[in-house]
Amino acid sequence: MFEWISYHRSGIAAVVILGLVITLLWSIYHGVKTARIREKEQVFGDPERTTGGWYWAVCGVATILLLWFYYSWGMARAYFPKAANELCQIAKVHESLSPIVAQLPIGSRYFKSTDLVVRNNEQLDDIEASFPVDAFSAQEEKQIRGIITQTRSLIAVYSNPDSIEAATVSSLSMIVNDINGLTDRIKSGSAGLIPTEAALAQSPWGVTPEEIPMLPMTPRGVMFDGIAQDVTKISKEFLTLRNMPDAANQLIKNTRADIKLVKDNLENTSAGDDVIDIRQSYMKSVERVFKRLDDGMIFPANTLDDVNTSVAVMIDEINAAKGGLGIIDALFMPGAGVVKTRTICIEQGSSRWLPKPTDVIATFSTLANPNIEEGGGFKGTRLLWFKWLPISDVVGFFVPDSLVDILPGSYGKHDDVGRFVPTYKDHMLAFAKGEVYMGSIPMLDGHIWDSLFRVLVAMSFGIMLGVPLGIYMGVSRFFKSFFDPMIELYRPVPPLAWAPLILTIFGIQDDGKIFLLFMVAFAIMVISARTGASGTQLSKIRASHSLGASNRQILRHVILPNALPEILTGVRIAIGVCWGTLVAAEMLAGTTGVGFIENVARTVSDYELIWVTILIMGLLGLMFDLMMRKLISILIPWRGKG
Amino acid sequence: MSDLVCNDLCMTFTAPGNGAVVEALKNINFTLKKGELLSVLGPSGCGKTTLLNMVAGFLNPSSGDLQLGDNTITGPGVERGMVFQQGALFEWLTVSKNVDFGLRMKNMPAADRKKLVDKWLDIVGLAGFGDTPTYQLSGGMQQRVALARCLVNDPDLILMDEPLGALDALTREKMQSLILELWKETGKTIIIITHSVEEALLLGQRLFVMAPRPGRIHKEYRLDFAAEGLKQSLRDIKQKDDFAKVREEILTMIWDMEEEIMGGV
Repeated sequence: MFEWISYHRSGIAAVVILGLVITLLWSIYHGVKTARIREKEQVFGDPERTTGGWYWAVCGVATILLLWFYYSWGMARAYFPKAANELCQIAKVHESLSPIVAQLPIGSRYFKSTDLVVRNNEQLDDIEASFPVDAFSAQEEKQIRGIITQTRSLIAVYSNPDSIEAATVSSLSMIVNDINGLTDRIKSGSAGLIPTEAALAQSPWGVTPEEIPMLPMTPRGVMFDGIAQDVTKISKEFLTLRNMPDAANQLIKNTRADIKLVKDNLENTSAGDDVIDIRQSYMKSVERVFKRLDDGMIFPANTLDDVNTSVAVMIDEINAAKGGLGIIDALFMPGAGVVKTRTICIEQGSSRWLPKPTDVIATFSTLANPNIEEGGGFKGTRLLWFKWLPISDVVGFFVPDSLVDILPGSYGKHDDVGRFVPTYKDHMLAFAKGEVYMGSIPMLDGHIWDSLFRVLVAMSFGIMLGVPLGIYMGVSRFFKSFFDPMIELYRPVPPLAWAPLILTIFGIQDDGKIFLLFMVAFAIMVISARTGASGTQLSKIRASHSLGASNRQILRHVILPNALPEILTGVRIAIGVCWGTLVAAEMLAGTTGVGFIENVARTVSDYELIWVTILIMGLLGLMFDLMMRKLISILIPWRGKG
Repeated sequence: MSDLVCNDLCMTFTAPGNGAVVEALKNINFTLKKGELLSVLGPSGCGKTTLLNMVAGFLNPSSGDLQLGDNTITGPGVERGMVFQQGALFEWLTVSKNVDFGLRMKNMPAADRKKLVDKWLDIVGLAGFGDTPTYQLSGGMQQRVALARCLVNDPDLILMDEPLGALDALTREKMQSLILELWKETGKTIIIITHSVEEALLLGQRLFVMAPRPGRIHKEYRLDFAAEGLKQSLRDIKQKDDFAKVREEILTMIWDMEEEIMGGV
């Protein structure tokens, strides 16, 4: 079942997207219609105008999901599942062409030869202008200026169309012929071509970790794949071409000899070391320019014109053959499109870091699978499931062994024949140690539960200790003034600033994180309870005094309920802050928890997993808040009505 | 006898800013017999609320003393019930829970509490509203709850601090009748502070007009309108000539005091 869903994810996405579009259009229609009806009911600015409107919430959610589908290329994959494979074949052609294109104006505005000529001439000008007259004798100056002039004439020889060798010219025209032949092949189309069985057996786009299947799965793809292979051959041939006429060879030989002559005598001078340094570095720069020019990479401009034209025609023809693919690429694949790297085709664009919704669900399903043997869970821990917790473990944790020591009687001893008969006290000890099996209770388990558990434990301690203290601070001058400096001093420190210290003291397991969260929750609870308690109307306090209530009764029956709205708001805020702090703390240290998953996913750049954890955190946070809102409306219906 | 006796009562406040001493009350002397209904009138700042808070025990006098029966008043007590202007109800409790608050604090058994609460809700005209949250009640009904909450404790003395100030004219008239009826039926001693001269005349068997700077009793009246109000409609009483005469006299008196304050500034 799961396999089937996973394999057909793009088809499922297609249905979902269609549903979303319909929902979006319907909600807009309904919203506009309702707005038209209700327009007259309230004046602008009346808070009533914000009530209701669930259809706009539907509209918003549908918009977000559609944007997500769009920018993750989910729409492209849903409706054009073969497009990526075909574009991959075209990307192969472009990759093979790239060495040729890089030399030509269609790829980089200028011929590479033109760039070389311009750059080297400029450098020669600079070198000539900065000749250090004091460092060389007149004789040497003449020699060096000669070398520079010869280098210039080397560039001139390369650039001269008359001096180029016949063999090179024919090689170039053969390359042009080959390219034109490929262009014709593209023009004649892909009729009669069939994909191989191996290609058809590939998993569709996005099912395997490699994402895009490499082998061509369509006739058009087969054609482009073949073209790409031929272009690779042509490129190789093109790259071996050199422009080395005899005149150039002669010039190179002479210049090399001249340079050697000058270099050999560089240290033959009466001047000091610093002058020798100048002589050496100057000659080095002259030689550097010469050495860049002795490999015959500069061609006369007009000899390359034909290659440029033929490649341009070929690229036009590729684009023409793309047809609808080009539109799909432009419309549904935001970014640079499908690009081939050395071995694989990748999605170059927003979908690189934004996984498709369906893939996120697939990753989530794997993560949520409670069967670890089948590859479910994460790092040996389930996401959220239950386990059987022996009751004895709970007893062993809560009942201290020393309690048994207090009991009357004594522990057993081994008797004369070397047997041990346990007394009742030994049995009690086994019980207290959790060694007596008493059945098991189901208990939640997994990364999410670990995170929730930390928050819940910290919150309950924060509430149990913070609320009483806060209430006393709200009614007592001593409590207020005594505790205020302590709490106000530690509260403004960001919880994460405490983390390194707390984790060192309490360890990276639950204790440290729970204490860190407790600190966060405690401060918030104290402050909210205090605000609530000190905000009790004086007349209510006076009324309860007149009704005969004692101070303790006033605290319990008047001040506490009066502070309840503030306290619950505090709980709501504290849960949110705790949740945020916890995830960050789990990223710092630990081996379980939602933050831990994200931290691992981060180190291996698993964007899908990162998004899954982000969504889990968001949904859990939303769930907390909805629960708190519901709780507030049940517990304090009088809020804002007193 | 649980008469309220006020001996040479003085109250001074020190203003927080400049340390100036304000004489809120000076040499107040009166005796209120059990079962008397006293209304207190006066321009703002004459110390009438201060006087009430001292009787309730929320403030301690600077000098002089207050005695209820044989006991000197030193703090709030259950024998002096208080009704506030806004009701001061506990909005987290239902009507009946509000009413039996005092009884619960005394740990009275639930069955007895219920009987008393039902009786008093019936008297104030709120039978059947026991389970309603107080925030759903109108202003007049909230004041009825406050009255019942106070009366269920069976106090010797009932103190009302502008209890009807926030109500509309019609509700106000009904509540005035209710207070008179309660006074007649229970025979409690009642002190009402009010801003309305008509209300003070209608409800006050005795009436103090207080004057400011220092706060003192300017003039005392003994009136029959409250007794008459038990027999005939309050609206008819307001039409009477002697009612109008006293009303004009007091209005002029208070008007002059206000003029004096304004002139002095």
